[in-house]
Amino acid sequence: MTAVPGRKELVQGASLPRRNWRVAILLGAFLLAGAIWPLVGRDYQVYLTLSFFSYSVALLGLNLLFNYTGLLSFGHALFLGVGGYTAAFLTYKYSLMSMELILAVTLILSGVMALAVGFVCVRYIKIYFAMLTLAFGMLLHSFLMKTYDLTGGDEGMHVLQPKLLGFEFGTMDKMTFFCGPYYYYSLVIFLIALTLMWRIVHSHFGICLQAIRDNPDKAEYLGISIRSYRLRAFVISGCFAGVGGALMAPATGHVDPAFVFWTHSGDMVFMVLLGGFSNFFGPMLGSLVFIFLRDIVASATEYWRFIFGAILAVMVIMAPEGLMGMVMSGWHRLRSLTIKGRSP
Amino acid sequence: MEMTATVLNILSSGIFHASILFLVAAGLQLVFGVQKIFNLACGSFYALGAYLGITMVDAFLARGGSPLLCLFPLLIAGLILGVLGPLVERGFLRFVYQRDESFQLLLTFALMLMFEDVIRFFWGTYPRSPKGVYLAFGTIHIGGAAIPVYNLLVIGASLVIASLMGFMLRKTRFGRIIRATASNPEMVQALGVRSSTVFVKVFTLGTVLGTVGGALVVPTTAAVSEMAVHLIVLAFAVVVIGGLGSMKGAFVGALLVGLLKSLSMAIYPELEMMLIYLIVIGVLVFRPQGLVGGQP
Repeated sequence: MTAVPGRKELVQGASLPRRNWRVAILLGAFLLAGAIWPLVGRDYQVYLTLSFFSYSVALLGLNLLFNYTGLLSFGHALFLGVGGYTAAFLTYKYSLMSMELILAVTLILSGVMALAVGFVCVRYIKIYFAMLTLAFGMLLHSFLMKTYDLTGGDEGMHVLQPKLLGFEFGTMDKMTFFCGPYYYYSLVIFLIALTLMWRIVHSHFGICLQAIRDNPDKAEYLGISIRSYRLRAFVISGCFAGVGGALMAPATGHVDPAFVFWTHSGDMVFMVLLGGFSNFFGPMLGSLVFIFLRDIVASATEYWRFIFGAILAVMVIMAPEGLMGMVMSGWHRLRSLTIKGRSP
Repeated sequence: MEMTATVLNILSSGIFHASILFLVAAGLQLVFGVQKIFNLACGSFYALGAYLGITMVDAFLARGGSPLLCLFPLLIAGLILGVLGPLVERGFLRFVYQRDESFQLLLTFALMLMFEDVIRFFWGTYPRSPKGVYLAFGTIHIGGAAIPVYNLLVIGASLVIASLMGFMLRKTRFGRIIRATASNPEMVQALGVRSSTVFVKVFTLGTVLGTVGGALVVPTTAAVSEMAVHLIVLAFAVVVIGGLGSMKGAFVGALLVGLLKSLSMAIYPELEMMLIYLIVIGVLVFRPQGLVGGQP
């Protein structure tokens, strides 16, 4: 038995990143740009950036499943809903205003929920996985619709302004709160989530997930328990999406069942694909473009869905690697051009 | 007496829902069976059928047509929308047959978004319904229950369509080609059948089933712009419960979902959709091939 190498040895060194300084620089640039943005951007745009942060956190989770594990969830709005309704229940029903408490409860609830849902779902792949997650999402949707006394039914619930790190900002008017303290709070959460997910996908665990995605049989021969890895990925993914939902809810001030409707899950997948699922940063680019482009298009025409549908259709057919894929291939072409120019 | 009346009411409205659901689900199954694409846009075809149905009926009534003959303009509206079949199949779907299922699903999601605004553009956002058609047919009284005649007509029409489909799939040359393509497309192609033609025809047939379903439902209920996204989850439940890609499955699933819906509406409305999703999850977990089994 001693001759058999452990799982760790088998996958270690395969493609673990050594260029962490690049990521550190990128992270620093994000932090700087994010910190300066409220000072230069208009209030409304800064407010929109809040939904960029929250969707990005959720999409980090969704893409852990889609890209790194090879499972398409069409019900991830379920976890947005868990986060959103947690914020609503704590602030509105129980007057517990602490944002940290909201995030902690969300992590626990979405983790438990993801464990239960994932336990059933990860036995399946491909379309059956997509359909099961969709069914679970819609189960929560119909539950929220019908339990009028508890959740306000289709009218939903209010989400009150939370305390951040114990500080009360009640005197501040809404926009100043969202463009100031809440903005920086979300930025920090977003950067923490980003770093965490980067470490997850580049860890031994993350590489095992990719091995399972690329060749499940071979991964199993190597001693990787497919179901337990998929389940763990699902739980992590659900927690990220839950936190995204919890961040989103105070900014909109309101949650309703449309939050967990299957089209919302579809929008999330849309963002992932728009930015490019195969790149770590793709989904974030996707949510950025989706949110700001929707704002621009919706103010120009009421038929923004048509335009977005057309964009998505063209992307699926012609550029499945998304915007990030286009950027990267352009970058590589540019580099090869400059290198060629230098060489003779 | 009271009891039988209630039971009859539940049965009649359940079977009516079921016959509409069957039409849409049959279209979904046909396309899934042959092209292996789960067409989220089938809900949009249903909604388009409903809206064009209203327009056609209004035009028909304005020209002095009798409300009792409204089944014809409705069916014609459904058939006209069949032109969308080749457009969508040749314009979009044919590019993704070789791709991963996720992309196929997303492409039909994109189509659904587009159609939603097409409907908004032509018919606006207010709920619409054709005037006085439903009542014109009157009701018949059986065992103390008042059953709308129009519902019976639709149930009849749906049964006729179902048996025509069954005949077509089993007995005709085209039906054999469809079934062969569903189980082994390469072999069919090797035997000299042009698969792109089969795909266009099948998708058009699937489209027409959806649009006719939408057109037939509209005298009973108002057409609203969200009807597409709400119907697709019901149709999804039907095909999962019955078994993906199976015609018999669509029939059984539709009957089950339709009856459950009207039963829970009558007894305990809070349960309505939750019960259906629970059954969907149960079927996916314990019998992923569906209640009726995997053969298309």
